[in-house]
Amino acid sequence: MATSSERSPPPFPEDLEPEPDEVGDQDSDDGEDIFLGTDNPLEIKMDPSLSASDITSSTKPLSEASSPPVMDLLSEPASEASSAPMVDLLMEPASEGSSAPMVDLLMEPASEASSAPMMNLLMEPASEASSAPMMNLLMEPASDDLKEPPKPDIDPLADIINDTPLSEGKTPVAAMPQEPPSDLFDDEPSELFAEPRQSNTAKQQQTSIFDEPDEDLFSEPLGEASKKPQNDFFKEALAPVAKASNVCGPLSDNYNEQPTDIFTEEAITTLPSAVSTVSVNSKTNGVHSDEEEPDIFAEATVELSLDSPRNDRKKKEAAKPSASASAPAPSVSASASKPQPKTLEEVQYITLEEEVEDKFELNISITNPEKVGDGMNAYMAYKVSTQTTLPMFRSKTFTVRRRFSDFLGLYEKLSDKHTLNGYIVPPPPEKSIMGMTKVKVGKEDNSSAEFVERRRAALERYLQRVVFHPSLLQDPDVREFLERDDMPRAHNTQALSGAGFLKMINRATDSLSKMTIKMNESDVWFEEKLQEVEAEDQQLRKLHIMVDSLVGHRKELSVNTGGFAKSVAMLGSSEDNTALSRALSQLAEVEDKMEQLHQEQAASDSFCFAELLADYIRLLGSVRASFDQRMKTWQRWQDAQNMLQKKRETEAKLLWANKPDKLQQAKDDITEWEAKVTQYERDFDRVSATVRKEVLRFEKEKARDFKKQIIKYLESLLQSQQQLIKYWEAFLPEAKAIA
Amino acid sequence: MYLLWDSWCGVCFQKLANIDLQHTICTFLLYIYIFYITIMTSTIDDSDKEKALSVSVDLNNDTSLLIDIPDALCERDKVKFTVHTKTTLSSFQKPDFSVPRQHEDFIWLHDALVETEDYAGLIIPPAPPKPDFESPREKMHKLGEGEATMTKEEYTKMKQELEAEYLAVFKKTVQVHEVFLQRLSSHPVLSKDRNFQIFLEYDQDLSVRRKNAKETFGSFFKNMVKSADEVIISGIKEVDDFFEQEKTFLLDYSSKIKDSTARAEKMTRSHKNIADDYIHISSTLSSVSVDDNTALKKHFEKLSDLFEKLRKVEGRVASDQELKLTELLRYYMRDIQAAKDLLYRRARTLADYENSNKALGKARLKSKDVAAAEEQQQQCLQRFNKLSESGKRELTSFKGRRVVAFRKNLIEMAELEIKHAKNNMSLLQDCIELFKSS
Repeated sequence: MATSSERSPPPFPEDLEPEPDEVGDQDSDDGEDIFLGTDNPLEIKMDPSLSASDITSSTKPLSEASSPPVMDLLSEPASEASSAPMVDLLMEPASEGSSAPMVDLLMEPASEASSAPMMNLLMEPASEASSAPMMNLLMEPASDDLKEPPKPDIDPLADIINDTPLSEGKTPVAAMPQEPPSDLFDDEPSELFAEPRQSNTAKQQQTSIFDEPDEDLFSEPLGEASKKPQNDFFKEALAPVAKASNVCGPLSDNYNEQPTDIFTEEAITTLPSAVSTVSVNSKTNGVHSDEEEPDIFAEATVELSLDSPRNDRKKKEAAKPSASASAPAPSVSASASKPQPKTLEEVQYITLEEEVEDKFELNISITNPEKVGDGMNAYMAYKVSTQTTLPMFRSKTFTVRRRFSDFLGLYEKLSDKHTLNGYIVPPPPEKSIMGMTKVKVGKEDNSSAEFVERRRAALERYLQRVVFHPSLLQDPDVREFLERDDMPRAHNTQALSGAGFLKMINRATDSLSKMTIKMNESDVWFEEKLQEVEAEDQQLRKLHIMVDSLVGHRKELSVNTGGFAKSVAMLGSSEDNTALSRALSQLAEVEDKMEQLHQEQAASDSFCFAELLADYIRLLGSVRASFDQRMKTWQRWQDAQNMLQKKRETEAKLLWANKPDKLQQAKDDITEWEAKVTQYERDFDRVSATVRKEVLRFEKEKARDFKKQIIKYLESLLQSQQQLIKYWEAFLPEAKAIA
Repeated sequence: MYLLWDSWCGVCFQKLANIDLQHTICTFLLYIYIFYITIMTSTIDDSDKEKALSVSVDLNNDTSLLIDIPDALCERDKVKFTVHTKTTLSSFQKPDFSVPRQHEDFIWLHDALVETEDYAGLIIPPAPPKPDFESPREKMHKLGEGEATMTKEEYTKMKQELEAEYLAVFKKTVQVHEVFLQRLSSHPVLSKDRNFQIFLEYDQDLSVRRKNAKETFGSFFKNMVKSADEVIISGIKEVDDFFEQEKTFLLDYSSKIKDSTARAEKMTRSHKNIADDYIHISSTLSSVSVDDNTALKKHFEKLSDLFEKLRKVEGRVASDQELKLTELLRYYMRDIQAAKDLLYRRARTLADYENSNKALGKARLKSKDVAAAEEQQQQCLQRFNKLSESGKRELTSFKGRRVVAFRKNLIEMAELEIKHAKNNMSLLQDCIELFKSS
């Protein structure tokens, strides 16, 4: 496999570069010819240029494909590379014919597989009648019955667009071929190809996807992998593929009204098969394949759910069939994704220990909180020390001084950049005007010292969470924060400033718009998780209040014990029986120590338990923000789709009204919005994937964190009980000595 | 016991008939606890005998007169105690008998003893405090109001906790009444008292008249006079060093012990608050664990269990501190007051003696009624000497008794604290191990 992994990526650009050209040309030239007639030469010129721009945009990343692979799963190179085999796969009526390239494809996802279908593509338009090149693109019937299908093709589509004459019916059709191919070409195959390619070539990428820099884990199984399971997997993989092609069979013979629907179904059948092969291809042990699967499933399901709304829109009247077509999709996704997270978690749980050890390559501590300045302008500066073995830093140990607003500034920067992509950015501790004012006024009492200490610990945990996050660690701002000596003063972090006020307003409008967005959730996973997160948030808040009250009562107990100790000491002093007097003063001493003990326990209640809860209440806020972000991108996508629909309607009207001068403008608009829709859809997919990944990561971290902190807390309780026993045991002989 | 149940039911249904509905339900509920508590006390008392005696360990081992309260019944603010006596003394008609007595009867007995001239030189055991079920009752009411804000589980636990508190108060009440009688029975002089014997033997309701308003005011006035008198008397020079010392000691000690008692009460309450917090934390944790689907689920469950167990231990810490420490201090606070009363009575006779001396001086000057004055003076002196003598004896024994009681309770408390802490420790250790292993 190692050889194939070396061999497979390079052929991509070479083999495929001519292909998009052809596809694009066919698409634009022939399509326009047929449907729009030749009366508008301008358009013919325009469209090639457009497609050309498409090609350039797609070839650019393509060239990158051979160099360090790009993070984006849905990136163009993959789609381009796979478009040809995919077409082959989906349209070839002969079952053998389709399974063969599929196997090829899986074994060597590069040169042969992609070149063969490409040949098909090149051959067919040339040999067959140019009257139906569109059909080529849509389904590529096996080049024999080409002349018949085009007519029925137009008919049902014309039916779909109600009451429109045939001439008009052509325009939607013209839109159609552009769309489904783009859909199929760009997205679905990308999974097929992008995944195996990544796993074969790019270990680095693997880490960025699964945030586990387990190079050992990955490479070891590579060597150990045996041939046998691979074959088994292939057999299994073949079956669905054959099925898929069977589905294709009737498609070409008996041309169906719902081409897209069938495509989606195929996507269902082919993708899982791809999954199993992917796991074989990557030649890892169970751990890795387990990790990979959910991701593919996730994308597969996203894909499906994306297709169905499109169907909805295309066939307004045929809403029901499309709904039924989309209905199985979530169920498939549910069944596919549901069991996965669990096994995934377990696997991650097992690998936890190793991971923790790995993470020690970056150690951050915050020490020496120092008051700088006087009066209301005073602030606390903290020493941020970093110890690291990571090569990305200039030295192994370095220290900087940062003030609280710098931390806030870092968060602002990070959240501006990463929240948009659905990342969960750990939030810093809140501003506390009360606490800070106390410190500023300079009272050196207990509560202000406690405040500073608590904030220091909170900041430390915050920063550790940031650097613990593999994507955030890569951020230049984080590096700057840790390394740079003179940090520019962070702005707009004051609690009572104009910017703060603006932020408040923004937040208010955000929450308002959140309420207005009604997302028909297509993914059960997200729905369930969001509910879980919300319920957890509430429970943790309640728990936090309870623990706070425990802290309060413990402090009260400490004070009362102290009072009793003094009082007993007085009682002892006035007791006239010497032995009893001694015992009483001993009791006073014991109670004095108890006071100390209770106080310490209250502190650890607060530091270990209450703070942990407070942290997670804040973090859950960030988790919800990432869910909101996903919803927002969805909304944007939906808006764009609506817009596109409107543009199409205007175009149809213009055509009907026969206003060619405005038609061009409308067409441009459509292309523009189509691009936007695809872009937004892709964004949504990306954000969804990121959110899912992030939430899983968050849960893992949470489990680890809670376990660690709670053990720490219980140990503190244990210690105080041990002390208590010690004190009382020391007292016991004194009590017995009373004569 | 069945008989008791019958009579109890009868009382309940009578009450049910003429009290408005809402009240009825409340009281009914309360009755149920009370009955339960009655049974509990009767069974527990045997095993707790030693504990009950903890406050008054000076009781002699004379088995000629043994008194205990095996049963008690609470009706609204009235508590009916069953006083059981076992005796070999011939002054009683039967060797074994039980009588129903109310708190007011105890007060009557105490007042009767205090007012007996012959006992002026004795420390009259302090009267048991009035049973106070108001605070648990009030809490129960509050709990009922706050039911909506809690989960069912939490509510049940809180109710259990309150029931336990109610039970503790009840037990304590029974105990202080018992101790009062036991101290009387163990006293060589007071055990022979006629009123005491009537109290123990008369098998009908004593139906002592409650103090009416005038009498209440009268006793209040008497108290005022007494404290004013105390101030006047304090000016008189003490003739005996022992009493001088005792007086300063007791004054000092009583103020200190009052303070300590108040603080110990606060401390105990704080412990209870922490136990209550544990309940809430435990139940919230368990609801967190219900919602959580990650690997943390079982951790939260365990933690919830742990807090539930810790809460029980913490509750025991609170109740043991209350019983061993606060109750001890509280009892000796009252006992010291009784000792102070003895000192006052002695000081009063001393003042009387001084006055009679003055009167004699005057009479001699005027050579009028000299014999009467002389007799008066002699009487006063005699009385004073008698009082001093018995007072000295009483105070010495009081001191010994106090030291022994403190010793016993402090040892017991230390042992209990160690026991509870060890319990806590093993709970925590188990839990930590579970956490670490998973």
